[in-house]
Amino acid sequence: MGNRARTAHVEFRGISKSYDGRTLVVKNLDLSIRTGEFVTFLGPSGSGKTTILMMLAGFQSPTAGEILLDGRPIQDLPARKRGIGMVFQNYALFPHMTVGANLAFPLEVRNVGAEERTELVDRVLRLVRLEGFADRRPSQLSGGQQQRVAIARALVFEPELVLMDEPLGALDRSLRDEMQYEIRRIHRTLDVTVVYVTHDQQEAMVMSDRIAVLREGIVEQIAVPEGLYEEPERAFVARFIGESNLLKGRVTAVLDEVCEVETGGEKVHALKVVACETGDPVTLSIRPERVAINSVPGRYKNEVSATVEDLTFLGDQLRVRLTACGRSDFIVTIPNIVGHSPLLRGDSVRIGWTALDCRALNHERS
Amino acid sequence: MAGSLRVSARLHRRAQLRAFGLVAPLLIFVGLTFVTPLATMLVRSVYDPVVADALPETQMLLKDWDGEEGLPSEAVYAAVAKELKRAGAERTLGQVASRINRVQGGLRSALARTERALRDVEQGPWRETMGAIDPIWADPATWHAIQATGERFTSRHYLNALDLQRLPSGAVVAQPQERRIYLRLFWRTIIVSSIITLLCLALGYPIALLIARSPPHRANLLLILVLVPFWTSLLVRTTAWIVLLQTQGVLNDLLVVLGLINDDGRLAMVYNMTGTIVAMTHVLLPFMVLPLYSVMRGIPSVHMKAAASLGAKPLQAFLRVYWPQSLPGVGAGALLVFILAIGYYITPALVGGSDGQLISNMIAYHMQTSLNWGLAAALGGVLLVGVLVLYAVYDRLVGVERMGLG
Amino acid sequence: MSHRVKSVIPAILVALCAAACGSGGSDKPRSITTVSWGGSFGRAVNEAVNIPFTEATGIGIGVEDYNGGLAQIRAQVDIGVIHWDVVDLEITDAVRGCDEGLLERIDLNALPPGADGTPAAEDFVVDGRYACGAGSLYWSTVYAYNDDNIPGAKPTTMADFFDLEAFPGRRGMRRVPQANLEFALIADGVPLDQVYSTLDTPEGLDRAFAKLESIKDEVIWWEAGAQPPQLLADGEVVMTTAYNGRIFNAQVLEDQPFVIVWDGQLLDVGQVAIVAGTPRLKEALEYLAFATSAESLARIARRISYSPMRKSGMALVTTHVVAGVDMEPHMPASPANVARALRFDWAWWVDHQDEMNERFSAWLAR
Repeated sequence: MGNRARTAHVEFRGISKSYDGRTLVVKNLDLSIRTGEFVTFLGPSGSGKTTILMMLAGFQSPTAGEILLDGRPIQDLPARKRGIGMVFQNYALFPHMTVGANLAFPLEVRNVGAEERTELVDRVLRLVRLEGFADRRPSQLSGGQQQRVAIARALVFEPELVLMDEPLGALDRSLRDEMQYEIRRIHRTLDVTVVYVTHDQQEAMVMSDRIAVLREGIVEQIAVPEGLYEEPERAFVARFIGESNLLKGRVTAVLDEVCEVETGGEKVHALKVVACETGDPVTLSIRPERVAINSVPGRYKNEVSATVEDLTFLGDQLRVRLTACGRSDFIVTIPNIVGHSPLLRGDSVRIGWTALDCRALNHERS
Repeated sequence: MAGSLRVSARLHRRAQLRAFGLVAPLLIFVGLTFVTPLATMLVRSVYDPVVADALPETQMLLKDWDGEEGLPSEAVYAAVAKELKRAGAERTLGQVASRINRVQGGLRSALARTERALRDVEQGPWRETMGAIDPIWADPATWHAIQATGERFTSRHYLNALDLQRLPSGAVVAQPQERRIYLRLFWRTIIVSSIITLLCLALGYPIALLIARSPPHRANLLLILVLVPFWTSLLVRTTAWIVLLQTQGVLNDLLVVLGLINDDGRLAMVYNMTGTIVAMTHVLLPFMVLPLYSVMRGIPSVHMKAAASLGAKPLQAFLRVYWPQSLPGVGAGALLVFILAIGYYITPALVGGSDGQLISNMIAYHMQTSLNWGLAAALGGVLLVGVLVLYAVYDRLVGVERMGLG
Repeated sequence: MSHRVKSVIPAILVALCAAACGSGGSDKPRSITTVSWGGSFGRAVNEAVNIPFTEATGIGIGVEDYNGGLAQIRAQVDIGVIHWDVVDLEITDAVRGCDEGLLERIDLNALPPGADGTPAAEDFVVDGRYACGAGSLYWSTVYAYNDDNIPGAKPTTMADFFDLEAFPGRRGMRRVPQANLEFALIADGVPLDQVYSTLDTPEGLDRAFAKLESIKDEVIWWEAGAQPPQLLADGEVVMTTAYNGRIFNAQVLEDQPFVIVWDGQLLDVGQVAIVAGTPRLKEALEYLAFATSAESLARIARRISYSPMRKSGMALVTTHVVAGVDMEPHMPASPANVARALRFDWAWWVDHQDEMNERFSAWLAR
């Protein structure tokens, strides 16, 4: 497995898609996916992620641009000839066939011999831990089991690329968590390339090698999960991945990597992520857990005064809502560890954070 | 313990009674409008007491007559004379005579004539008197006919419906060639109905598929188009087909104008089996489309994508994935169309011609014209048995619980 | 419990039936239901009888159409809920209905005298004197052709109807054995007065069917009286059997070039009768007397070419009320037309209808 060349398996080149000829649901997508990689398209509904998947699967054709699979353009190849496994949103198991027949179906249409068929089906059933379920009908299985069958069916004919379109959407929370690890395990076992679509950021974080955050047909940022969280490049990503205090402000000074920004009457220093000059509007992103309350004065580059508005106890952390920088929804979370100082509603406090944890991003309209 | 059980049993019974009370109006309605007439008709096919009630003594005395050695005794003649006179006075003679007439044609007027002639006769010898009134009384066939119709419970109608007859000796044999009609019509009805069902399926399946795959607003429009025929009178629709299909009709004119046929070679498309099949297929098409549509609407369109992504060719995907899932609709639609087709009679009557008649036309005839309700009921009974057999076969093959009527 | 249920069910049945069957048993009915054949005949009866009757007596009339047969009458008499009061009947049905007690017996002497004062019982022609009800009009089954579609020599005899060599083309015939068997024998050369005695023998019957067989392939079978004129007008058939009144209507009111061949016409009689047990017997009798008066019959005859069955009525028939043509040449019972007429032997048909129908149906189906 490891000796397989880590080359581009899938490549989108200038892909655009419009259904009505006017509005583009996918705009000029350029993206390359390596062999064996697990890439997730993450975005709210309407962001174009499913359209991208459907174009890759062959159910939609791009309005412009080309899609390469192993270096060959595939726009003119019908879906059935692309050899791509696909897991659909609601499983799309064939209800009139048993589990075994569902799994044998892609092999039969490929004229795989009966003996080999049985062997492959058994193997994939073991892979998804459903040995002995071959004779059941899909309707006799639980949601999670149906999901496993759907995944097994997309894998049984040993495709090198598997697409998954919100496969866990219909499952409840705990089952979804379990299945995320299951899919990750299967991915690692088989070393196939997976392109995954979801609107659930946690799901994306758990499984993906890289995540492409989509918004209105545009990839806002593509990065490894840690990168998206720690170094969001766009305000939308900062908001969509994890939680962020997003403060609007105006640049008052620029010094190399850092800029000085005026927001809500306070002057703060921020890491210059977006190219900006004095006078430009920017959005500052500050993660709630990177803000300290009442720490030693002068320890942080940025220190402002604030008033505690609300306290919420969440078990592992304390969530504090403050008025600061001219806003009353400034959130700070404090891990529930020994020794943090008690706070009361109405307390006046000092909060502080480093310039590195305060990212100056593109100005966002709303 | 025992007490509480009793209480709970009483509560349970009360709940059952209440439930029964709620469905009672429906039960009564169904009972009155459906079960009762059906049962009445089925009873009529085997139970016919008119002759037995009108001529009880004659029937009793005829039991001693073995039918082999000439005519019955004078006592039988006396009894039948007395009872004919009574039937004449009670105005039941017509019903008695029409039944006997069905077994032996020509007896109706002879019986009426005899009754009229006997009104003024008080004394025997009856055999001679009656023999002088009409020669039928010297014919054993007359007495066989009276005997045959005198059974309260009779298999006569069912035998008749199956082109069989019972000889005076009791043997059941086929009707003479020129009177064999119903079996042929049953077969023709089944064959025509099967053809119509297949045509409806062939025409209706793509339509239903199209509707099921259209966005809702267009699906509604298409459904309305499918249902439009329901809003016009059956007669209007059938007449429209005559206008289209007749020799000097629109279609033939068009073919002549296009030069596909010449003026002498106009096609006979109506007043024959073709006309019946075309018009009935049109009339029954919605009954195929609607169940198909309702089943197809429940088949996710993603299944066809899934099959394609798994490597299936379009035809493979359809045959292996879509068709089996639409089978409940196919079954329901086919059953519906077939059952409706075997019971249809207006359309075949209008466009059927001589070879386009179906069994229901005979049932209608016996209901409305010949008033032989017993035979009509027997024909209906045979048809009912046929439908039930078909239903059982369907149940065995497809499973009724999977039937999708939507 | 059980006997109470037993008494309840008939009560429900009666209630439902009364509701379903409408005017079951109200005390003072001022309206009756008359049942006739609809179409042009129904219209003629309405104008000539129903409207004047309501004007004269104030008794309303509801008209229903039917296609003959005793089924509905028998059903009403059996259940005992009568909602038809007066019915136009074919003679065979009238005879059977009378025999079976479905019709009220009528004393002809209670009917109004003829236009010239002759007592009713003598004013009616012999054919029109029955135990149940009274004769109304002579009507006839004839055959007719479309003059436009038969160039050259025209058919004049019944034999011509069966002569496919001299007059090629399709024929229309009613899909019943009545009239057709008679026509076949007449065409085969059987004298008019021997037609029924010939039919009474097996050989004669075979002869009739053989004659029918000779044109069977060219026959279009019709069912409703409105069909033959349509078939002629459409050119579907070159000649067809038909009711003379329907052809007359097409000739006179629609200017169709139809010609009636009176040779071998089957002269039949119609009858008006009252359904046995009607609760509106008094009104029904009033209507019957009015409808079979010489004046009423003549008024009908001036609208459709059926001859009154009252001697004094015939003299009153002059011209058609709309077209103004002299009715005499169109009347089935006029001396010229009746010369080669066969009188319908209802007694023979009452005896043999069932057998003939079976044999006819079997023959058709072969």
